[in-house]
Amino acid sequence: MLQSTEVFRAKPPLPPRLVTPVVQVRASEPSASQDEARPCIVASHLSAFFGQTAAVKDVSISIPQNAVTAIIGPSGCGKSTLLRCFNRMHETVPHARVEGSVEILGSPIYGDDTSPIAVRRHVGMVFQRPTPFPTMSIRANVAAGLRVDSKSHAMRGTTSEIVEEALQRAGLWAEVKDQLDESAMALSGGQQQRLCIARALATRPRVILLDEPTASLDPLSSQKVEELVYELRKTVTVVIVTHNMQQAARVSDGTAFLLMGELIEFASTRELFTAPKDPRTESYITGRFG
Amino acid sequence: MTSLPVDWLEKEKDRRTLRVDASAFSDKVYEALTAACALVVPGLVIAIAVAVFAAAWPAFAKLGLSIVTTSDWDVAAGHFGAAPAIFGTIVSSAVALIIATPLAIGVAVFLSEFSPTWLRQPVGFLVDLLAAIPSVVYGLWGIFVLIPLLREHVMPFLRDTLHLGATPFFRGPAYGPSMLAAGVILSIMALPYISSVSREVLMAVPRSQREAALALGATRWEMIRDAVVPYARSGIIGGIMLGLGRALGETMAVTMVIGNRPEISASLLAPGYTMASLIANEFSEATNDLHLSALMAVGAILFIITLIVNAGARWLVWSVSRKRAQ
Repeated sequence: MLQSTEVFRAKPPLPPRLVTPVVQVRASEPSASQDEARPCIVASHLSAFFGQTAAVKDVSISIPQNAVTAIIGPSGCGKSTLLRCFNRMHETVPHARVEGSVEILGSPIYGDDTSPIAVRRHVGMVFQRPTPFPTMSIRANVAAGLRVDSKSHAMRGTTSEIVEEALQRAGLWAEVKDQLDESAMALSGGQQQRLCIARALATRPRVILLDEPTASLDPLSSQKVEELVYELRKTVTVVIVTHNMQQAARVSDGTAFLLMGELIEFASTRELFTAPKDPRTESYITGRFG
Repeated sequence: MTSLPVDWLEKEKDRRTLRVDASAFSDKVYEALTAACALVVPGLVIAIAVAVFAAAWPAFAKLGLSIVTTSDWDVAAGHFGAAPAIFGTIVSSAVALIIATPLAIGVAVFLSEFSPTWLRQPVGFLVDLLAAIPSVVYGLWGIFVLIPLLREHVMPFLRDTLHLGATPFFRGPAYGPSMLAAGVILSIMALPYISSVSREVLMAVPRSQREAALALGATRWEMIRDAVVPYARSGIIGGIMLGLGRALGETMAVTMVIGNRPEISASLLAPGYTMASLIANEFSEATNDLHLSALMAVGAILFIITLIVNAGARWLVWSVSRKRAQ
């Protein structure tokens, strides 16, 4: 446990309000039931624009902690954009802007004194296509997000521990432990995607955002990623965007249905898929459109 | 099923064969034409190489390796040692790359990553325009602007103020015409090649790579350093090699500013010589056969050096991109 505290200290200083709710990330089980009751991401009246076009319209949602929340909806409904508002990636697109507010673990991420860099260090993201850094080794890829002072010898040992732990959590360690110094491009597509998940986990984020993580993978690799997502809920809050309703039903605890940028319904996955309240949700999940 | 008249079938067959023949003939014409174009160019390279090496042969036969290893170039005495010129070509090009590479990559990174869109086009155009200035104009500018500037300010500053005179590389009197002047001129001439190739490859780095870095909490600078530049690495090396090729062969501007003194000196402040300027200075006065052949031999050596540089560049780009593909 001493080691893990050191690891935690090796991270960049947390913005004060993100520090307060210190939850031991390494704990294998959610410590208390009140954790699940407490929301992790709270968006209120969130709208996201590309120029004049609103991709997300006035969405208010409260995403629970240490659970998997799926966002489903037809193509172009704004589900990826909504996800990208949760780590301030939306604003990296020219002429994009966000209105409304988002709080993560009580800290407003769009606050005046909050830097997007700090937000992204605590909220990991994995994209539709695997994006390993092609010139880096597997090890360097996993460590890419770590900002450890390389001059400090004490920290060097820690880096390799973090790399191992992240790969373990991503279920990739057994497959790559003998080739850590080889190029990340030597891995298969599914392995690359799990490497990207390991890379996102290495910074010990409180939240991890998955943007259609299995869209470019074969069924077997997809299954592995799904199993991984299922495991991750124990230690981290997961938000997953998917256009695959079976996937949403399999991996998530709660599901949000988005249509034309509006949040139509957000309920527990079982409820949403078996007894949707809104007729539009019902039409979508029964395959009448989209 | 109604039967077709037999003669119709025959006619149709004729027509088809005819058409096939016609297209086969035009195909052959095009093939021959394009093949001719494709063969003329390499043929020209080989023909020039053969002519240069044939003309250089008497000198190589008579002088042997001494043309590369000795430093004494005395036409009257029949001594032809081109070592200072070979040294000068390599050193002036190296100095040029040392100055031009960081500058060119800086320009490329600014234009592809930071510059507002309205500034990108004009600045890029002006940088590219450097490549359009005739080298004799560079030479004139070198003589009347660069050399006085180096002599009055830069050289004393490097030697005395920075105390670099303590090292052998900046020792001795500041004449003006020097290896340093040649290196600076060459760096300006090589810069547009390096920067425009680098700019293109940096802009071709996929957005997904940039987003992957940003999503890890990288600052813009970290994103460029860790994701964008490594991804574009092989292309940037290709650009640098293109600039090096330009610097190795440049003649006029260098001849005007290098001082044309066939001596090997470690000091960049001292005048030097290059292979290209040696040939340019002497070919019109080369009256005896050995002299002419020795100049041709210098040309052949320059040819070989540029060939090696180009092959090395190909290999470097290939090995860097292969590493990525694995």
